[in-house]
Amino acid sequence: MSLVTPEFGLLFWMVVIFGIVFFLLAKFGFPIITSSVEKRSDKIAQSLKDADEIEARMAAWKVEQEQMMEEVRRQQSAILKEAADTKTRIVAEAKEEARDEAGKILAQARTEIAAEKESALRDVRKEVALLSVQVAEKILRHELSEEGTRQAFIDSLVDEAGKAEMRS
Amino acid sequence: MMLVFLISFLLLQGSGADVFSSANNIADATENTSAPVASNIADATANTSAPEAGNIADATENTSAPEATEEEGINVGEIIFEHIGDEYEWHITEWKGKPVAIPLPCIVIENGVHVFTLHHAVENGYTLNEDGKLVNAETGKRPLDLSITKNVLSLMMSSLLLLVIVLLTARWYRRHDVLEEAPTGLAACMEPLVMMVHEMARENIGEQDYRRYSPYLCMAFLWILFNNFLGILPFFPGGANLTGNIAITLVLALCTFFTVNLTGTKHYYKEIFAPDVPGFLKPIMPVIEVFSALMKPVSLTIRLFANMLAGHIMILCMVCMIFIMAKYGPLLSGSLTVVSVLFGVFLDALECLVAFIQAYVFTMLSSIYIGLARAHEE
Repeated sequence: MSLVTPEFGLLFWMVVIFGIVFFLLAKFGFPIITSSVEKRSDKIAQSLKDADEIEARMAAWKVEQEQMMEEVRRQQSAILKEAADTKTRIVAEAKEEARDEAGKILAQARTEIAAEKESALRDVRKEVALLSVQVAEKILRHELSEEGTRQAFIDSLVDEAGKAEMRS
Repeated sequence: MMLVFLISFLLLQGSGADVFSSANNIADATENTSAPVASNIADATANTSAPEAGNIADATENTSAPEATEEEGINVGEIIFEHIGDEYEWHITEWKGKPVAIPLPCIVIENGVHVFTLHHAVENGYTLNEDGKLVNAETGKRPLDLSITKNVLSLMMSSLLLLVIVLLTARWYRRHDVLEEAPTGLAACMEPLVMMVHEMARENIGEQDYRRYSPYLCMAFLWILFNNFLGILPFFPGGANLTGNIAITLVLALCTFFTVNLTGTKHYYKEIFAPDVPGFLKPIMPVIEVFSALMKPVSLTIRLFANMLAGHIMILCMVCMIFIMAKYGPLLSGSLTVVSVLFGVFLDALECLVAFIQAYVFTMLSSIYIGLARAHEE
């Protein structure tokens, strides 16, 4: 039996047919299929890479955005704090000024009151002096209307004067 | 390697015969079936023709008339060898006692070209020898025989089928923009197979020059796959035992062999003829390396051939058992028919797996051998 002895006719036909089919397929078959599929898989790989890149960029943006938000928040709080500081300072300054002003007004009022008092006192004294002179005139007139008294008075005056002269 | 495969082949055959004989329990049936098979293997190893094998071939010539064989039971060996062997006509079935066969042209080159069908062989001065091959009626010598036999016709049909399918697939890719559309129909079916081999080539041969070898590997893979499956198909377009024929697997293995050794790098040849080994090994290593390089195609040949042949024989044994048991009463034959059918279904499923695995293994080993030959200095 020729089970393990290769038959020449079959060898010949196999070489011819396999050769022809291989030639045709290697030229018009397989390269077209494989190159097309590779083109597609390249595109898929590229798309995946692009998607990854975009995702990474998005993540970076997010981080950046958060940083910006943080910055803004910090600035906001700084501004608010400054505003509060300014407010308290202004209030304090205003109080200080008001106190000064009030002191000044008070002092002025005091001097004015003192001056008023002085002039009032002077008026009162003048009045009192005038009144006392009038009272003294009235008393003298009354006392000098009587003879005995008038003499006695003159005497006392002369005594007084003589005593003053002696003393001097 | 070759020895190992022949032994495993023998074991497979032996197990087939064991199943058969234990079911049968009849001594002469065992003789009829396992003896020719075993002798055929002995013949295969020794390359001589055993007388039993010759008898079977003679029987094949008689185109197995059922009337004739019914008296002595069915000659299983004859049926099996008719199916796994090559013929000058494609015998399809028997109809009312007459064989229905497709006549095929016999082409013989001996003092000019002679073309005739088997029925007119004698008129042209040729006859069949004990192996069922055409010989010169006078001298008994084999002429240069380029006949379109059953296997050659099957080879032509399957190659044409492969050509048409792959070219149609390629046409889809030419006519459509792959970046816009997903493949449909035939293209979607063929793309994974082609790309599987393409990726395999890239892994085993390397990024640098796998593109040069990818078409050959795709071709080998798809061709073996197609023919393996057509071989399992039991009716006309299939049924020929093409990948279980040693001439076919030899050509495939030689294609790989020449691809490997004609495109090898300097580094590859340096490893064979002047490897970097201690002095006392220097004269031995080239011998071993050359032997190993020559053994690679032999192992490829035998692996595919033996696996596919063994599968065919096992399935045929299962089918034959149904007919053998027909004369042993309804109970025994009925129950064993159920067993045979179940086993046959199992073996057919197994063969579908083996058909793919063997195509894959052949392609992968080819790509690994090519990859080794494309090695560069580190």
